[in-house]
Amino acid sequence: MIGEILNTAFITGLIGAAMRMATPIIFATLGEIINERAGILNLGIEGIMLMGAMTGFLVSITTGLLWIGVLAAALVGMILSLLMAFLTVYLGLSQHVSGLGITLFSTGLAMFIYRIHFGSPLVPPIVEPFTQVTIPLLSKIPVIGPSLFDQYALTYIAVLLIPIISIILYKTHIGLKIRTVGENPLAADNVGVNVYLTRTLCLVTGGALIGIGGSFLTLDHQNMFLIDVIGGRGWVSIAMVIFGNWDPLKGALGAFIFGFLDGLQLRLQGLGIKVPFDIFLMIPYLMTIIALVGVSRKAAVPACLLKPYRREEKGV
Amino acid sequence: MVTVTANQPVVEMQSITKQFLDVVANRNINFNLFPKEICALLGENGAGKTTLMNILFGYYTCDKGEIFIKGKKAELSSPRDAICRGVGMIHQHFTLVPSQSVLENIIIGTEMRKSGFLDLKAAKDKLLHLQERFGLHIDPEARIWTLAIGEQQRVEILKALYRDVEILIMDEPTAVLAPSEISDLFRTLKSLVQEGKSIVFITHKLKEVIAIADRIVVLRRGEVVAERRTGDTNLRELANLMVGRDVLERISRKKIPPGEPVLEIHNLAVSNDKGLEAVKDIKLVVRKNEILGIAGVSGNGQRELAETLFGIREPQKGTIKINGITLHSGSPVSAIKLGMARIPEDRIETGLMMDLSVEENLILETHVSPDFHKRGLLNFNKIHQFSNELIEGYGIMTSGRDAVTRSLSGGNLQKVILARELSGKPTLIVASQPTRGLDVGAMEYIHQRILQEKERGAAIILISEDLDEIFILSDRIVVMYEGQIMGDVQLEEASREQIGLWISGVKK
Ligand SMILES: Nc1ncnc2c1ncn2[C@@H]1O[C@H](COP(=O)(O)OP(=O)(O)OP(=O)(O)O)[C@@H](O)[C@H]1O
Ligand SMILES: [Mg+2]
Repeated sequence: MIGEILNTAFITGLIGAAMRMATPIIFATLGEIINERAGILNLGIEGIMLMGAMTGFLVSITTGLLWIGVLAAALVGMILSLLMAFLTVYLGLSQHVSGLGITLFSTGLAMFIYRIHFGSPLVPPIVEPFTQVTIPLLSKIPVIGPSLFDQYALTYIAVLLIPIISIILYKTHIGLKIRTVGENPLAADNVGVNVYLTRTLCLVTGGALIGIGGSFLTLDHQNMFLIDVIGGRGWVSIAMVIFGNWDPLKGALGAFIFGFLDGLQLRLQGLGIKVPFDIFLMIPYLMTIIALVGVSRKAAVPACLLKPYRREEKGV
Repeated sequence: MVTVTANQPVVEMQSITKQFLDVVANRNINFNLFPKEICALLGENGAGKTTLMNILFGYYTCDKGEIFIKGKKAELSSPRDAICRGVGMIHQHFTLVPSQSVLENIIIGTEMRKSGFLDLKAAKDKLLHLQERFGLHIDPEARIWTLAIGEQQRVEILKALYRDVEILIMDEPTAVLAPSEISDLFRTLKSLVQEGKSIVFITHKLKEVIAIADRIVVLRRGEVVAERRTGDTNLRELANLMVGRDVLERISRKKIPPGEPVLEIHNLAVSNDKGLEAVKDIKLVVRKNEILGIAGVSGNGQRELAETLFGIREPQKGTIKINGITLHSGSPVSAIKLGMARIPEDRIETGLMMDLSVEENLILETHVSPDFHKRGLLNFNKIHQFSNELIEGYGIMTSGRDAVTRSLSGGNLQKVILARELSGKPTLIVASQPTRGLDVGAMEYIHQRILQEKERGAAIILISEDLDEIFILSDRIVVMYEGQIMGDVQLEEASREQIGLWISGVKK
């Protein structure tokens, strides 16, 4: 038994699976980090992922072009986030209520569109999914080669996005604006930064990533759309943002750990070890709670997260 | 100063009117600012000073009126429009991001290169150059939260200079500063003017106006009521213009021998939010009919001491006794039960619930009392009667007991707190910066109330950065410096020089 677990094929497979499982969560976590750094908690994430998954699937099946499906998922994520921006940035409504509203709305809408299009077939329709892209040479490295360099294109993109978003956040003018808008919108406004526009653009960009994260589940990971395809991964991503202390690198690390546990769970089940799936779903939350207890005093929550900004409002 | 009036004004604001819902904050105001002058905008709380300058800064849009900057008509719909015309504003509450560095706070929004990447090196060079030129030194890498208030203000000034402002607006810049920091600031302002900048200085402190301004514009109830050159006026006239009546404080105080000890603090040690020791082994006794003034620059442990007394912060060690009974540490209820009136330094954050009504705020601490209940439900007849009495008794200016607290002006907010805290006839009053940000009229009222309470028999701790206030009210003065008590003198033996030395940490 131990031998079975420790052999190279098992480890290669496990790391590969971890990367795949982590991909949608990395996308959604990065998207959510951009949102929250600008001061908006987007609880629409679960619904946006679902709409991304459904739209990606539907568009791919109708056009036969998978990348168009991915683009459509991004677009849908942007549109739903624009709605979120309208409610929370321009009208200044509660971010909790608006976000949950968008998740509920999207869940209904996804099912509705799917039904209109496909009815309720006994066997769900399937799409010809993406295939793995094997990178020459690198994939020949023992153990990690086949697991890291024989992945879906979206997985590579997700990994590339981690440093890119880090650099944007910490090393560019745009990043400084985003961070300041989330920390102190008044300060940003006072130096001529358009708070509303910045927040809206962050929501929309984050929404695109979240939508793409959803589409990974119907175009790579699986080849069909089921109503529970997201399975709480949006909420997991919210937890990962906190786990990662609003930092893209640490958030992605959390996503990878989650992917790893998820992959391990599948494999252990495959070996006949019966661990209920729900236990594993609990793990990221447990991870987050434990991490929070440890870091809460130093937690880098954007200071004006959840706070609407209105210029002529008499505050302090 | 040369005759500036001969010059063309750099800013002309013509018949500016601005209304918020039911208040007219500015009515038909004409305001000019001339090159190389420091113009003080003087007025009591709610006179409309901030509003007028927010309009010049593009933060508020005016309902009526025109603005000309350097002779050109300016349509200002956001601060961005004002900044590119050379206008900068430093708000009363600083607009800095505590977790970011000085440099980041300064360069935000100023793209130096097309690439979009932050060029921290070039920015730092420019900043150091500015620091050299204006003598405003501060470490560019320091995080804002590690800086003292005076240093943070320097960051704000540098932020404006970094954007090449020619017209600098400062909203009550001295409200939060220690005396030594104030003289530093004044030196800086003078050097800015010499470099060709024009400055608007908002304040309601008369002495400062005389010390720094070339010209004084007085606002009252949203209108300009007077304009004076500094040489042609005096404190008394300005106070009169500002409030519309004679106010210069001449408070009569009765000498009452202090009675038995009411508050006894033994070996108290308290840590601050960062876990560092903020109050170090303090021993204090305050007696009946006695006002103990605690002087010192804020940040020397006063806040932590007050919070511990209020029961909202747990001490590391030590005991606090009120009338011989030990205060349950970390329990606000215990403090209330032992008859303590608590006037916190931050009236908005900890003193009041800004979104509740005035009445609800007035009964915050006493709503559990059986007087206000009838068969388990709140007895609104009694409560209405109670709040109406307080509103009338304390002269709280509000549209009624149901008005949302947020709508009140600073002075009236403080009156709500006083009314609530003093209504229970406390045996001990802990007042932390009770008049910070308030105008002379409101200040005078609050001082009188505090003296009345002393005569009634309360023991009072007055924590204040304002030495004038300490000297006007206290019977005994101690100074807090780095968490310790530096000295303890009776008013009669106290000299300003001595106290000033203690405040800056010099013993003997
Ligand atoms: N954003 C706002 N919304 C509603 N009312 C406001 C707003 N800003 C100011 N006011 C009201 O306008 C009036 C003038 O306020 P302003 O802040 O300009 O006074 P001020 O002279 O700066 O007083 P202070 O010395 O207290 O700072 C006050 O009655 C105030 O309540
Ligand atoms: Mg003001």
